Amino acid sequence: MASKAMASNTVASKTLPSQTLPGGALRNIVPPIVLALVLILCWQGLHLATASGAISSPAATLARLVVLMGSSRFWLDVAETGTAFLWALALSIVLGIGLGVVLAWLRPVGEVMEPILVTFYSLPKVTLYPLVLLIFGLGMPAKVAFGIMHGLVPITLLTRNAISQLKPVYLRTAKVMRLSAFEAVRSVVLPAIIPELVAGIRIGFSLSLLGVLIGEMFASKRGLGFTAVNAMGLGDLDTIMAIGLFLALFAVLANGGLLSLERAIRHRSAGR
Amino acid sequence: MTVLAMASRDAPKAAVEPPAASLRGVTRHYRFPGGGKTLHALGPIDLDLRQGEFFSVVGPSGCGKSTLLDVLAGLNPPSEGTASFEGKPIAGVPDGIGVVFQEDASFPWLTVEANVAFGLKRAGIGQAEIERRVDYAVGFMGLRDFRQSYPAQLSGGMRQRVCIARTLVLQPRLILLDEPFGALDQQTRLIMGDELLRLWRETRATVLLITHSLDEAAMLADRVGVMSARPGLFIDVIETGWSKDRDSRIVADPRFGEMTGRIWEKLRAETMKHMQTQGAGPR
Repeated sequence: MASKAMASNTVASKTLPSQTLPGGALRNIVPPIVLALVLILCWQGLHLATASGAISSPAATLARLVVLMGSSRFWLDVAETGTAFLWALALSIVLGIGLGVVLAWLRPVGEVMEPILVTFYSLPKVTLYPLVLLIFGLGMPAKVAFGIMHGLVPITLLTRNAISQLKPVYLRTAKVMRLSAFEAVRSVVLPAIIPELVAGIRIGFSLSLLGVLIGEMFASKRGLGFTAVNAMGLGDLDTIMAIGLFLALFAVLANGGLLSLERAIRHRSAGR
Repeated sequence: MTVLAMASRDAPKAAVEPPAASLRGVTRHYRFPGGGKTLHALGPIDLDLRQGEFFSVVGPSGCGKSTLLDVLAGLNPPSEGTASFEGKPIAGVPDGIGVVFQEDASFPWLTVEANVAFGLKRAGIGQAEIERRVDYAVGFMGLRDFRQSYPAQLSGGMRQRVCIARTLVLQPRLILLDEPFGALDQQTRLIMGDELLRLWRETRATVLLITHSLDEAAMLADRVGVMSARPGLFIDVIETGWSKDRDSRIVADPRFGEMTGRIWEKLRAETMKHMQTQGAGPR
């Protein structure tokens, strides 16, 4: 699924400049459609090549998804996962940016903390899930915490990195204008790194979602992750594939939106 | 030539006025990270900037010109000695000092207009007054047609104008410029020099300009301070004697050639000294 999302990004980035050319609309629409068709054909090919039923066919997956989307249980799961995900993402962004600013500002602290954060991040966080459950108990807070454990670190590191790469003359200008540290962060540092922040949020987005879903798989009675793992136990491959397809479509759309936002901001302030 | 009238009649009067800024025995040492070694970058320097004068500093690269500016701007304290602005010791950036840096410091996320208004908004000045001052500065620097543009859409020279306008609106009494035209081509530099002179006459601010261009120093300044190779010291301060309403056309005057010749004579030995200390071997 991840490779699918990445492939469609590359196509989108290649077709962007052609918008101004005549027939641009056509050129923008055709490649993604061709790509989608190729991916569906590959999927069908895999379905035929693998042992019976190991990979559901596109048609069966879609049919299952339509059935799922007709049930109220499915939408309760979506709401449950969505709520946990939005909380995890919002907190990852706020805490990640805040922590990134602090680590960039207190340079020695940042230098000590960076390898620690990277090491923490390379741990499979599932191994820490029992700890999270002991602290937060079963339910929403544990899922949100697990989402944050995935989303926070990349946003923190990208924010810190963006600030440390900031042109020093911006900070000198802020000083000469006699801005307080808070004012300097609010009106110079954060606006200056907005393109990098959006990129960080884009990555944090995927990882928070991943964290929440994993959380649901291991200790939850509701949500898409729980339903998927439940279907796994029952050998219901169509449902697993249908949920995967639903999540992939959501991720591709959200990622595309954030990517075009990032590009719009970069385009405006290009030539820095 | 009328442009080259004799030394300004204000000069003796200016001498009795208290200086706009002064440095007494100012030095600056840098400590290398992780070792006891220090680098003696500047001084000791004694300097009085006269009220309303245009003072240029020239010197070989690495002689501490920018360090000198940092001390005056309150960005770095002197290691020894005292620096004062309008009679008060400089601790932190004083009110009334404006700085224009060599690098492009315009904010790419703001329009030209918002860039110029940036400092005013933070100084808590009323909206009507902000608009009046921004209007004036944008017009003065020839940016009227670009008010809504972003810096990325402007040339290097225009971006530097934005930075000057942003400083100008704050109505500084001392303007410090750190090689502000260093990245511009020769013709643009001459034009920007004229604009700087116009700005100086209009605002009556004291101006300190750091430059590595002899022509720029000789053309713009009332006095040119020539600095030695590191540790930077003033080896001479030359009065140019230009009239207050000079402009870039003085480059055609024979006395301009004489002036740059005099400055270069002082500077030549220092520049060679600097090249020798940098080592001739490839690295």
